[in-house]
Amino acid sequence: MTAARRASVLTPLVLAGCLYVLMLVHRPGVAGAPGPLFWGLVVALWLASIVALSGLSNLRLKSRPADRLASLAVPILFGAFLFFLWEVIVVGAGVPSVLMPAPSAIARRFAASMPVLRDDFIQTFVKSVLTGYAMGCGAGFVVAILADRVPFLRRGLLPLGNFVSALPVIGIAPIMVMWFGFDWPSKAAVVVVMTFFPMLVNTVAGLTAAGRIERDLMQSYAAGYWTTLLKLRLPVALPFIFNALKINSTLALIGAIVAEFFGTPTVGMGFRISIEVARMSLDMVWAEIALAAIAGSAFYGAVALIERGATFWHPSYRT
Amino acid sequence: MVVPMRASTEPAPRAVAGAPVVDIKGLSLTYEAADGPVYALSNVDLQIAEGEFVSFIGPSGCGKTTLLRVVADLEQPSGGHIRVNGVSPNEARLRRDYGFIFQAPALYPWRTIRRNVELPLEIFGISKAERRERSARQLELVNLKGFENKFPWQLSGGMQQRASIARALSFDPKLLLMDEPFGALDEIVRDHLNEQLLRLWDKTGKTVLFVTHSIPEAVFLSTKIVVMSPRPGRIIDIIDASSLGRMRDLDIRETPEFLQIAHRVREGLRAGHSYDD
Repeated sequence: MTAARRASVLTPLVLAGCLYVLMLVHRPGVAGAPGPLFWGLVVALWLASIVALSGLSNLRLKSRPADRLASLAVPILFGAFLFFLWEVIVVGAGVPSVLMPAPSAIARRFAASMPVLRDDFIQTFVKSVLTGYAMGCGAGFVVAILADRVPFLRRGLLPLGNFVSALPVIGIAPIMVMWFGFDWPSKAAVVVVMTFFPMLVNTVAGLTAAGRIERDLMQSYAAGYWTTLLKLRLPVALPFIFNALKINSTLALIGAIVAEFFGTPTVGMGFRISIEVARMSLDMVWAEIALAAIAGSAFYGAVALIERGATFWHPSYRT
Repeated sequence: MVVPMRASTEPAPRAVAGAPVVDIKGLSLTYEAADGPVYALSNVDLQIAEGEFVSFIGPSGCGKTTLLRVVADLEQPSGGHIRVNGVSPNEARLRRDYGFIFQAPALYPWRTIRRNVELPLEIFGISKAERRERSARQLELVNLKGFENKFPWQLSGGMQQRASIARALSFDPKLLLMDEPFGALDEIVRDHLNEQLLRLWDKTGKTVLFVTHSIPEAVFLSTKIVVMSPRPGRIIDIIDASSLGRMRDLDIRETPEFLQIAHRVREGLRAGHSYDD
């Protein structure tokens, strides 16, 4: 219990120290030119935080909610400390904002540019990503069922799908812009191409995952193809399908943002990144990156949450 | 417990009704492996009357499971004649004449025990109210009342296998095909389930085909024991054990009569094995 006690004493101390340093670093006399004492304090905080966090991560609490809270606290505190270091080093050492803006500057820019960010989010995420994701995953799923039902499709389509998935986004994005125009449909098309294949391959693999005995059981009931598919093979394939959905949730965002580099109306996350880099306003670029990170994580998290509910019976989730 | 009239070598009264449930003549099954043909079954003859409990025993590779799967139309014979309930195994399967119980419970982990038992009923298009009623009855029969809403992985191996028996009974097939159903369970659980199975068989009057590699299990359960031998898979002895009566308890395993039958089974198995050496 000594580690736990150390953690419970050290954590508030480190937090208070961090806040103090944050206040200190933004003072006109300190920013850009702090003394060795300041850096000494930062290093001391760093070492103390290592001890505190390792103590916290070893903590075993009796009540379940408290234990969950403690296990959540570690990654949150760790992330917060990284941001603290970023802020203190960038502001303290006076790094030019073109090279690396401080988190506080990015946050200010984020807050000030809400309307722009909202429009970009709707354009890129809601229109391109979600549409392309739904169509790509849907098509991959349907083709997987077709390939399962019709053997010659399996032999013909899988290599073709493999070929299509090997096409680089950078290569196909301009072509999609030529085909589907400057607005979001061309970006959605890129997302469709990117998400189709992971879904196809995973679903095909999932459909073969049902065990021999389970199949024999369905056959002993004289169950037909569709009954067996619905009652046995699709449920067994669900973990595979969710795997594809999770992979695709991040792929889709990358595809849509990159595709916007090749022609777009004057809105969208990729458009904003490329244009603001050219204008040297890196804090706006970082604000877009932050938005993409938040949207991507939330998307992934939502899919993972649905997965937990839908495949609660899988050995990795059983309670 | 034993009804005197049945304690003779005569078949149980239910068996009197006409044609055999399973009628096999000259059945063979050969398949091509990398190093030449494998004779899984060779010239098998067997008649099973209604209400019998028939065990198939033999070393691995003797074709006992294959024979059961041929009866279930999960495997196609390469020659000979087979009739199940007077029709071909395919027709019997299509009209859902039998319930198959596998080595593993094969319960679907995303379904509760109740919904697992209702699975065949769902496939056969039986109404929800009747499904509920039947699954409740079968779960009570296998002593799983109160576990309806559990998921399979929350139950012990023995309970899971009982649930799979309830599932096979739920649509009331005339024939039960059991492929080493208790093979993966420890001996205490197995003894208990054997007693329950015997009681179930007596109560329901089903015809049971039971594959095992345990001699005591075979003798304890069966009215007829089919001893098989490998390479080629064939029947080398059919032993009548109906003299032990229909209802038995575990103590019967100490009686001279039981031991005598067990001895004959062992002799048969040994005779089959000498082929190898």
